[in-house]
Amino acid sequence: MSMYNEKVIAAFMNPKNVGAMENPDGVGEVGNPRCGDVMKIYLRVEDERIVDIRFETFGCAAAIATSSMATEMVKGRTVEEALKLTNKDVANALGGLPPEKIHCSLLAEEGIHAAVEDYRRRLEGLPSLPPRHDAVCHHDLGEEEENRGA
Amino acid sequence: MNSRKVYMDHSATTFVDRSVLERMLPFFSEKYGNPNSIHAWGREVRSSVDEARASVARLLNADPREILFTGGGSEADNLAIKGVAEVLSEKGRHVVTTAIEHHAVLDTVKWLGKQGYDVTILPVGPDGLVDVEVFRKAIRRDTILATVMYANNEVGTVQPIREMGTICRENGVLFHTDAVQAAGHIPIDVKDLPVDLLTMAAHKMYGPKGVGALYVRKGVRIAPLVHGGGQEFGLRSGTENTAGIVGFGAAADLAARRIESGEINEELRLRDRLIDGVLSRVGDSSLTGHRTFRLPFHASFCIRYIEGEAMLLRLDFAGIGASSGSACTSGSLEPSYVLLAMGLDHATAHGSLRLTLGKDTTEGDIDYILEMLPPIVQTLRAMSPFKKNA
Repeated sequence: MSMYNEKVIAAFMNPKNVGAMENPDGVGEVGNPRCGDVMKIYLRVEDERIVDIRFETFGCAAAIATSSMATEMVKGRTVEEALKLTNKDVANALGGLPPEKIHCSLLAEEGIHAAVEDYRRRLEGLPSLPPRHDAVCHHDLGEEEENRGA
Repeated sequence: MNSRKVYMDHSATTFVDRSVLERMLPFFSEKYGNPNSIHAWGREVRSSVDEARASVARLLNADPREILFTGGGSEADNLAIKGVAEVLSEKGRHVVTTAIEHHAVLDTVKWLGKQGYDVTILPVGPDGLVDVEVFRKAIRRDTILATVMYANNEVGTVQPIREMGTICRENGVLFHTDAVQAAGHIPIDVKDLPVDLLTMAAHKMYGPKGVGALYVRKGVRIAPLVHGGGQEFGLRSGTENTAGIVGFGAAADLAARRIESGEINEELRLRDRLIDGVLSRVGDSSLTGHRTFRLPFHASFCIRYIEGEAMLLRLDFAGIGASSGSACTSGSLEPSYVLLAMGLDHATAHGSLRLTLGKDTTEGDIDYILEMLPPIVQTLRAMSPFKKNA
């Protein structure tokens, strides 16, 4: 756990934009409880601009830190700009993540994209999509090690 | 930030007790002789190694000649399993074990499977116990060895070793138990208990890392893993880790005193206070493993709706050292195979928390954990999409 840098630890210990939102304009839920990360993003949008954003995350310290950082990065931006956010941007803003935690930043990117998609579906009067609890975990992006008990 | 430090990961390793360290120190630069040398330097060390062997034997009520020192618990497990499999390969090629063994056993048995042995891996119940009747049915005409851990490292469950050993004896099957977690914490008497091979590690009982022991009942034949100078009755070649072995002997003496004096019961009382305190103060939490057939220093839980690594990191910042079987802490895709084998779902297993007490754990340490844990759980649950209230 000492593998996290100070920025990641700070974002994990004092995350911004935590909690659910009443009557959001868009919601995205991604991840898989089987793998130990689920991220839910809530958007408030006015004139195509994200005026408020919240997250709820079940996951490790990196998942919580990336949720916090990603929401901070798109708050005040237009939804179009939010769609350009990549996992690399989030990881870089946190000063880097350990290789096995890169999937957490990908989850943040997907969470924001899913919330924007939901916002756009609502504009078109379409029903919300169900949560995207992927069957496949992203963990295999990182280095896989055997589970070693002590 | 609070400066209090509470180490609660004694299942991972214990500190080396001062009394143990003091007995070890002369064996680096003063009593440095090779115990296999015949001169005074060697003879002095040989007698200390012999005393340590007698101390470890005494802890189990074994004969000193039944104790082999190894380079740790994993090596002792490998030696027992591969050593028996090799000697008895003509007699049979079936080995029985359980799904919740330490990897040192499980992976060794699986390796035998790749060498053409037939392997049965038994399931466990929701409390981590092996069903003795299921065990009995698994024993076949060609079974040569059964290996079942004395007590589990992740959930603390103590197995019905006597019953399983008796079944093995009735069927002429050798019985090995990995007692790395149990030895030195639970009274074990091999004169009374039907086990043929038993693994121990010094660093789980206030001794040093890198030294273990295998009890091999008189008359049981095993083949060595390490060939060479023929040390340890020809079963583990290599110049003895003399300081480590002396440390193990001192740790065994300490453990025997702790068991005889009832100091272990005080640890058990604190453990129960911790278990009851966590279960009552943290909602949606449950004990993992058996409530009473349990290591006296072991408390383990599943805290629903949150993930283990996040919990450990926040506990660490609060000065509490704990462990978890979540995927993020294991570095693998899956949460603990032990918890999954006990039937827990993945999401719950990700929220596992293990707190293991030590000989110096105090009432104040338990109070401190019970004060710090609930708000940490509450904070993380407030961030969780699954549930808000602690």
